[in-house]
Amino acid sequence: MSPLDNTYEKQFKVIGTRPPRPDGIEKVTGKAQYGADLYVPDMLYAKILRSPHPHAKIISIDTSEAEKLDGVKAVVTSKDFSKFSDNKPSDTLVNCIAHEKALYDGHCVAAVAALSNTIAKSALKLINVEYEILPHVTDVDEAMKTDSPIVNKGYVLENVPKGFSENVTSYYEFGHGDLDNGFNNADLIVERTFKTEAAHQGYIEPHACLASMTPDGKADLWCCTQGHYNVRALCADIMGMESSQLRVTPSEIGGGFGGKTTIFIEPIALALSLKSGKPVKLVMTRDEVFKATGPTVSSSMDVKIGMTKDGVITAGEANLRYQGGAFPNGTVEMGAQSAFAAYDLKAVRTKGWNVLTNRPKQAAYRAPGAPQAIYAVESVVDELCQKLNLDPLEIRIKNAAKKGTKSSYGPTFDDIGLIATLEAAKKHPHYLAPLEENQGRGLSCGFWFNFGGDTCVTLNVNFDGTIGVTEGNPDIGGSRASISQMAAEELGISYDKVRTIIADTNSLGHNEVTDGSRVTFAVGLATIKAARAAIKEMCKRVSLIWGIDEDAVRWENGSAIPAGPNAGQFDPMSIEEIAAMSSQTGGPIAGHHEVNAEGAGVSFGVHLADVEVDKETGSTKVLRYTVFQDAGKAIHPSYVEGQMQGGAVQGIGWALNEEYIYGEDGRLQNAGFLDYRIPVASDLPMIEPVILEIPNPGHPYGVRGVGETSIVPPLAAINNAVSRATNIRFSELPLSPPKVLSSLKKEINDG
Amino acid sequence: MMVKVRIWGSLQKATDNKEFVEVEAENFKQLLDNLSLKYPKLKPQISRGVSVAIDGLIYKNSWFTPIKPENEVVLMPYMVGG
Amino acid sequence: MSQVHIKTKINGDNIEFLCDPEETLLDILRDKLHLTGTKEGCGTGDCGACSITLDGKLVCSCLVLGAEADNSEISTIEGMSNGEKLHPLQQKFLDHAALQCGVCTPGILVAAKSLLEKNPDPTESEVRYWLAGNLCRCTGYDKIIKAVLDAAKEMRS
Repeated sequence: MSPLDNTYEKQFKVIGTRPPRPDGIEKVTGKAQYGADLYVPDMLYAKILRSPHPHAKIISIDTSEAEKLDGVKAVVTSKDFSKFSDNKPSDTLVNCIAHEKALYDGHCVAAVAALSNTIAKSALKLINVEYEILPHVTDVDEAMKTDSPIVNKGYVLENVPKGFSENVTSYYEFGHGDLDNGFNNADLIVERTFKTEAAHQGYIEPHACLASMTPDGKADLWCCTQGHYNVRALCADIMGMESSQLRVTPSEIGGGFGGKTTIFIEPIALALSLKSGKPVKLVMTRDEVFKATGPTVSSSMDVKIGMTKDGVITAGEANLRYQGGAFPNGTVEMGAQSAFAAYDLKAVRTKGWNVLTNRPKQAAYRAPGAPQAIYAVESVVDELCQKLNLDPLEIRIKNAAKKGTKSSYGPTFDDIGLIATLEAAKKHPHYLAPLEENQGRGLSCGFWFNFGGDTCVTLNVNFDGTIGVTEGNPDIGGSRASISQMAAEELGISYDKVRTIIADTNSLGHNEVTDGSRVTFAVGLATIKAARAAIKEMCKRVSLIWGIDEDAVRWENGSAIPAGPNAGQFDPMSIEEIAAMSSQTGGPIAGHHEVNAEGAGVSFGVHLADVEVDKETGSTKVLRYTVFQDAGKAIHPSYVEGQMQGGAVQGIGWALNEEYIYGEDGRLQNAGFLDYRIPVASDLPMIEPVILEIPNPGHPYGVRGVGETSIVPPLAAINNAVSRATNIRFSELPLSPPKVLSSLKKEINDG
Repeated sequence: MMVKVRIWGSLQKATDNKEFVEVEAENFKQLLDNLSLKYPKLKPQISRGVSVAIDGLIYKNSWFTPIKPENEVVLMPYMVGG
Repeated sequence: MSQVHIKTKINGDNIEFLCDPEETLLDILRDKLHLTGTKEGCGTGDCGACSITLDGKLVCSCLVLGAEADNSEISTIEGMSNGEKLHPLQQKFLDHAALQCGVCTPGILVAAKSLLEKNPDPTESEVRYWLAGNLCRCTGYDKIIKAVLDAAKEMRS
């Protein structure tokens, strides 16, 4: 790792404060433009026809009647895409529009652009699709069996062992040590099978885009996305375009959580625009969002852990089976690596199988793959503690991964901050607060890797000495404020002198998607480096004015000053003065930085949950909830807290109510917010965030990603709390009232 | 210089069931190139993408990240996030 | 299909429009009048992103037909601030960082304003139950509830 000239020991002036976000007023007054908010002259409205079958061969599609309808300007099917490329269509394209088969309930088969939404909807009814219905499978365990219907052929990797159906596409195994010996040394072994259902990211803004494509192969695309450079790459590939000819402008984004890291409708809008010769707007309905965009994987998992009676974990084993819909995905390996990451284990083994089913292609959801596996492991650890009458927090501290631990996924940990996080939880009044009847307290650790990735930042010094920062990552939670803060800190100026914007794809080089909790880390790092480049240039200009060596000028508190007494006697020159003379001293001043940011640093969190279970109805009320997480350095603490609170509540929803329910017919039964119930305000208490700051050596200010880890612990924290409140060990999520009630009744009947 | 690399469990089929292999490498790219040369069965996984942890820090794909013989080097599947 | 001629007052201005009989008020506000501060999150009255007041009553505009709005008074997020001056709720949402992506924010502000007009001194539970029809996926509601309580306090003083 190259030295970063880290400054995280210093006293910050702007970092750690809570200034207003630059996009705030637009967002509280309704002016901010999201994906569906753009209207352009001569624009058409598009609608998509979707398969009602979970698995069916498409025999024919007759669009002639739809095309004849007054006001219809274009209809597209998969055939319209074959002219763009001679290659086999990519999974991404086939997920956007079915080719030979409809692979899940809600798979797009055709689309219409018309003068109004009303006309487009009427036209859908005139499209005649002939299907040959095929047998389907939506359950992960069923899909693995050798006699299962095969969802999608040709995806099995060389690493899959024999004995499974072709739906098992990849296999991973991690771990170290002698498991048999470990289990032999245990005084108690608990082994359980767990299931989690798919949960949707549930962003409130449905996918939306507006495309304008011309016959010369140029296009403009406006859309809500977590990564417009990725949208450009995927769409350019599908449409046979050169990247330079496709300009993608990101709208404000109404939530993503991983679900807007890929594309679903953008190529459809581009193709309709090309065919009709007009701009085309395409906005998903909520029903479409549930049926055809990525929820997370559902899982079936076996976990076995051994413990001595004084609480030492002697061995841990997990077998994870994740289904991710009709196309291959890389989720189970993330779960298999994360499952035991919080523990210092002599013997550990995890295995994972990725499986195809007739469900929508999974998309990333905050720490993809980790919440499920860690839920299973943390539930078993809690059960062992309960059965051995040990304090679950003490036991986690006793077995915690720390500097020097050989992690369950291979590398040896450096400073990771887990024990400090656990100690913070132990010291917190929440941990020893009294509980009443039917109440329980649950605890869970969580872990996520965090990423960096390709990042570009340009920082312009305007003639009045103010700063324009241009970055390329859609702001999903206040990141423009944090980026402005880091620029201001580095330049030694006040926050209100900086304005950060998010550029379109032509204005900067490639930026990786807003994912992996990377933005504050990676864009922040590039911003600091860009500021340093601008400072270097400003010092050079001042050296010319003063007639001294460039090295004899240094930067302090927003001004250039002589580096030492030998440099000469000069009054400091402020950024405003330097900027005002920049034309005369060589031209406009800017700094920029382009990097593949590595060294993001892993992150741990600990959650405490108190619940009360109503034994009459089986419903669970969360009474108190506290989140402890290491942020490395909290740039804007309010938005760090927001990530911790928001992730916790998404996890609570996943634990208590959210699930994809498929009928025997393979169709999704609850594609709406009424039946797919995300947490509402009255379900929840305040979520108390406790931020720890253990600097990440990979970032100049010590920043660590915070966005994803917070969704990991709630599943087990809630499961453990409900299990302790009822004295029944649950092993399937969600813990919806009917499920809890039936277990309570069974317990009473069984005496 | 020879670097010792740890291979994850299911990938050890491609390295004659060896958990640790040694290859000549001074950076991430040489490591992957020489692993592919020495253990051709690793090629499919390497071409799909692998990350490398060097002394505990995970590098997604930066070819010229230096690797020294004293570093702990662990191959990992290519990271995905949300 | 003949269109219906509708006269309304929106945020204090007299507005007339023509609409298809089946068009929702939300579609009229957005697609015809380009008042896009009112958002569509579900179209089925479950998320509250399209909250407006219709003759003083808080409604989901996706569940109201444009034709039903004849001779009514409508308030949307665009009418909440007064020139340069933000409504105290808007200001408190900024002060408390009560928004992340911000797409639910207009609906929540309209709903919270409606609450404080009826109940200037709500308890935390009353705020939580009043806003139970407005989904927010980013914040976990914590900072939203604090912002509403703080705005209520300021508006009382």
